[in-house]
Amino acid sequence: MDRALADRPLDAPDNSRAWLEALRAEGARRDNAVADLHELLLRAARFEIGRRRAALSFVRGEELDDLALQAANDALVAVLAKLDDYRGASRFTTWAYKFALLEAGVRLRRRAWQGREIVLEPERWPAFADRQPTAQRTTEDAELLAELQRAVREELTPHQRDVFVALALNEVPIDVLSERLSTTRGALYKTLHDARTKLRRELAAAGYLEEDDR
Amino acid sequence: MSERREKLEALLGPTGPQVTCEECFERLDEYVELELRGADADERVPGMRAHLTGCPACADEHESLRELLGR
Repeated sequence: MDRALADRPLDAPDNSRAWLEALRAEGARRDNAVADLHELLLRAARFEIGRRRAALSFVRGEELDDLALQAANDALVAVLAKLDDYRGASRFTTWAYKFALLEAGVRLRRRAWQGREIVLEPERWPAFADRQPTAQRTTEDAELLAELQRAVREELTPHQRDVFVALALNEVPIDVLSERLSTTRGALYKTLHDARTKLRRELAAAGYLEEDDR
Repeated sequence: MSERREKLEALLGPTGPQVTCEECFERLDEYVELELRGADADERVPGMRAHLTGCPACADEHESLRELLGR
């Protein structure tokens, strides 16, 4: 594998076929390709950490380096296991990058919440009020909030309520909640979606989603 | 849209069909390349935009991949 090809921009010739052939080869050629792929994934993981460094200022640099390496290692395993799933809808490198970004992103979100308790009670109901509310608006906002609270309390199942409160109200990252509840991001998002659909229906029925909302 | 309505819509998430988190990951690379090439990514991958509006983690990965490729 020509390492200079690994980071070519989108308008450069596509080298996806070369990647696939090398990764499916045997012996030293495959070993070199796997090493190149790991290097590519490590760069992506470090890029992700760089994007979030400000939010992780309390984490030591060594730990972040280790986190990037773990993310690249797991992404490498995932990419090699799913090689036959690659259909060529994007460049191979783009397809591979997303695995490293996912692994790094999940680790960083969980690291940022490490040691923090997840509260499943509403910590912070949204302030609907405009910056310069009128007396009428203040009353309407209070009514809207009361209806939303009622719907959350009475219309959602206990699990939907926990998930909605954690994700939508308390802004717990979905990957943090999925780890604590031993479930998946996809399953939690489906629950959130179902909860939102119920709440939207209730608020619409109460007249809060009309387009002439001032 | 009023400020109140905007906050409410953010809380209630997008309406209409959307892909799942798994489908989002499956097609994220294709979607981002279409976007960066100026193609109509939303027509080619229906339901992706709505999902990215409603799922902050998937939206974050979308943004990361765009930034990484756009460097």
